[in-house]
Amino acid sequence: MLDEPTNSLAQLACPAPHPVKDTIVLGHGSGGRLSAELTREVFLPAFANPILSRLDDQAIVSVRGTRLAITTDSFVVKPLFFPGGDIGSLAVHGTINDLAMGGATPLFLSVAFIIEEGLSIAVLRRVVESLRVAAQNAGVQIVTGDTKVVEKGSGDQLFINTTGIGLVPDGLELSANRARPGDKVLLSGSIGEHGIAILAQREGLEFECPVESDSAALHKLVAGMLDVTNKGGVSDAIRCLRDPTRGGVSSTLNEIAEQSRVGIQLEEDTIPIREEVRGACEMLGLDPLYVANEGKLIAIVAPEAADAVLGAMRNNSWGRNAQIIGTVVESSSPIVTIRTALGTSRCVDMLAGDQLPRIC
Amino acid sequence: MKFIDEYRNADIARRLVAEIKREVRGRWVLMEICGGQTHTIMRYGLDELLPSNIELVHGPGCPVCVTPLETIDKALELAARPEIILVSYGDMLRVPGSSTDLFTVKARGGDVRVVYSPTEALKIARQNPERKVVFLAIGFETTAPANAMAVWQAKQEGIGNFSVLVSHVLVPPAIRALMTSADCRVNGFIAPGHVCTVMGYEEYDALVRDFRVPIVVGGFEPVDLLEATLMLVRQLEKGEARAENQYVRSVSYQGNLSAQLLMREVFEIADQKWRGIGTIPASGLRVRDAYGDYDAARLFGLASITVDEPAECISAQVLQGLKKPTDCAAFGMRCTPQNPLGAPMVSSEGACAAYYNYRRHPGKQLPVVSSQLSEKP
Amino acid sequence: MRAESPAPECAAMCLAIPGKILSHEDLGFARTARVQFGGIVRQVRLDFVPEATDGDYVLVHVGFAISKVDEQEAQRTYQLLEEIGALEGELPPEESAT
Repeated sequence: MLDEPTNSLAQLACPAPHPVKDTIVLGHGSGGRLSAELTREVFLPAFANPILSRLDDQAIVSVRGTRLAITTDSFVVKPLFFPGGDIGSLAVHGTINDLAMGGATPLFLSVAFIIEEGLSIAVLRRVVESLRVAAQNAGVQIVTGDTKVVEKGSGDQLFINTTGIGLVPDGLELSANRARPGDKVLLSGSIGEHGIAILAQREGLEFECPVESDSAALHKLVAGMLDVTNKGGVSDAIRCLRDPTRGGVSSTLNEIAEQSRVGIQLEEDTIPIREEVRGACEMLGLDPLYVANEGKLIAIVAPEAADAVLGAMRNNSWGRNAQIIGTVVESSSPIVTIRTALGTSRCVDMLAGDQLPRIC
Repeated sequence: MKFIDEYRNADIARRLVAEIKREVRGRWVLMEICGGQTHTIMRYGLDELLPSNIELVHGPGCPVCVTPLETIDKALELAARPEIILVSYGDMLRVPGSSTDLFTVKARGGDVRVVYSPTEALKIARQNPERKVVFLAIGFETTAPANAMAVWQAKQEGIGNFSVLVSHVLVPPAIRALMTSADCRVNGFIAPGHVCTVMGYEEYDALVRDFRVPIVVGGFEPVDLLEATLMLVRQLEKGEARAENQYVRSVSYQGNLSAQLLMREVFEIADQKWRGIGTIPASGLRVRDAYGDYDAARLFGLASITVDEPAECISAQVLQGLKKPTDCAAFGMRCTPQNPLGAPMVSSEGACAAYYNYRRHPGKQLPVVSSQLSEKP
Repeated sequence: MRAESPAPECAAMCLAIPGKILSHEDLGFARTARVQFGGIVRQVRLDFVPEATDGDYVLVHVGFAISKVDEQEAQRTYQLLEEIGALEGELPPEESAT
């Protein structure tokens, strides 16, 4: 028997909230809602200018008539070395991709190291070699850098910060605010591999076929896509390019929906995912839509050009499994939804901070 | 994945829905009592597929949500002590206590560690002999055997720095309490398949007899839940009230006897407070005297505290299936996963979180989808 | 800024998932097995399913097998599921969403 009459149960409730607004928590760095809030509430007001306010992966500036793309990134991945890459290759690929998402041809990188006292120089050499190879393969030069060393305990082995510069062709305007109802959502390949590769390494997960990070430089893939639209005379057919890194496909699409003030409807059956990644997500209670990728891109494309762009993607080794995964729709407020195999739809909300798995 | 994918088969699901539509006549309120089942219903929109005369409501099936505030506060107090390593399942981290939560305590320097198995908590204890390790052992009957094993093993191996802070809840007494309440409008229950994997469904015989409600043990995939719904509908339309088993691949009448044996060895039944509901007699587990050295509640002299829970959160009514999360004035506005007013919004097994993440909520309307989208690309 | 950790606090494997026993080992009183879930292999305790052996499927929760999947029963009942509606002919017209 309940020890209180049921009508007084309405009084039983839960304590008032205690929002953690006065300190930074890990969630502020995870690419989801908390990160967006931090940008909106702390950084934007301080640095306000029209270029920054676009909040794209890169900033496109004009210097004496030449359009340059600039981007900056910091890499704090743990562990430093993982299946499919390391902090070095990740740094190069990640920075190149941010430039490529603006349609830029990446040219130069700077690399700054923040090293914890006590790090083995052999480890540093390994990372540097990885940076070298990645840059060489991508055709970019590392032209300047910096080194700082902090006391033991003040930094976790090695952090890397990069800045990338590239050239943007005239007339190309890629931005997250350009998606229109009717546009198609294209994804360059299977999701969740980087996040699961890292998690596997950290948690000691054993795979029959190890999952490797998909870390890769996508500028040539992008070039092929832009080429086909230019040739087709629909140079503005590609509205927006984004790489779904931390926060996964979901965060990227929510950002686009937000900035374009549209709805995005996905088809669950069309989203490519490797069996091992699906199994890992199932086991850990993770939704693959929220898991980080480092070698994939999302393209919002005008419907009449979608098939041609898809073809161009599949012609490139980083786009072999490209799929059309959804459509942009009209919506009274920005929302991302997904249609299940059963024909029902549900919301794909922005990741709040970190994804917690289920307990029961 | 075998034994999962087959039970997500869209074709079979559609046919089950058609069958339910064919057979249902009356208006029925069906309750499931497991966060995992709530999650599946929301994720796949099963309630939208069913005819409108079947209403699915969610019961107190989220062990995180029903962990008493006092237990959370005790865990928080322990976590803040420098000599203690507080070990917990991941879902407990964000649940609001009276003034803070484990995640915040961790952010501020408390040693809080997440594990996915109690054996890992034991490992932490072995690796840190100079610290005291307290494992927040919560859950339904599903998790009790594993938690019991941690305690039993600790005693066997003499791991003296390990203890558990227990909050275990039992399902059949909760059903009894719900059915006894004046507000209850539930016509049939889907019993939690994994709880019954451990306990069997023997205990439901008394419930169906005393309350004349059918109870069907259900699995966790869409086909499982739809089949369980069909089985309930069939009973209800015939005026029957029996305990049946849909989840035959995992559940037997008597359940897992060796798991039950260990549970009885380490734990005994006790009265238990359910957050949002109140104290239900004989509805929880506590550590037996023989294992008292491993019971954190005894070891750390944590005072028996009673905490008042004022505020606008209607968890109580949501947990009893009297209201839906969307009935709450704070839902999606003042109460969100980032700023939860109550546990059901924080725990990913909680009904409020499931509704928030998967459904329309204030400020977000699912768009009208034009017909061309209903064709698969 | 790129924080690469996908979900630092997410490593709680708390669902009950079916997996296949690949091999097992007796370590004192603890019986453990390597169990395969999709493409992943994990160490699982078999203390509560003493009758399970290599090749069997077990349901695993927080690192412990809590039951052996009854494959025969599963097959039998699945066949019944596949037959639902098959004898009824045309499905009734879809009702509009409520």
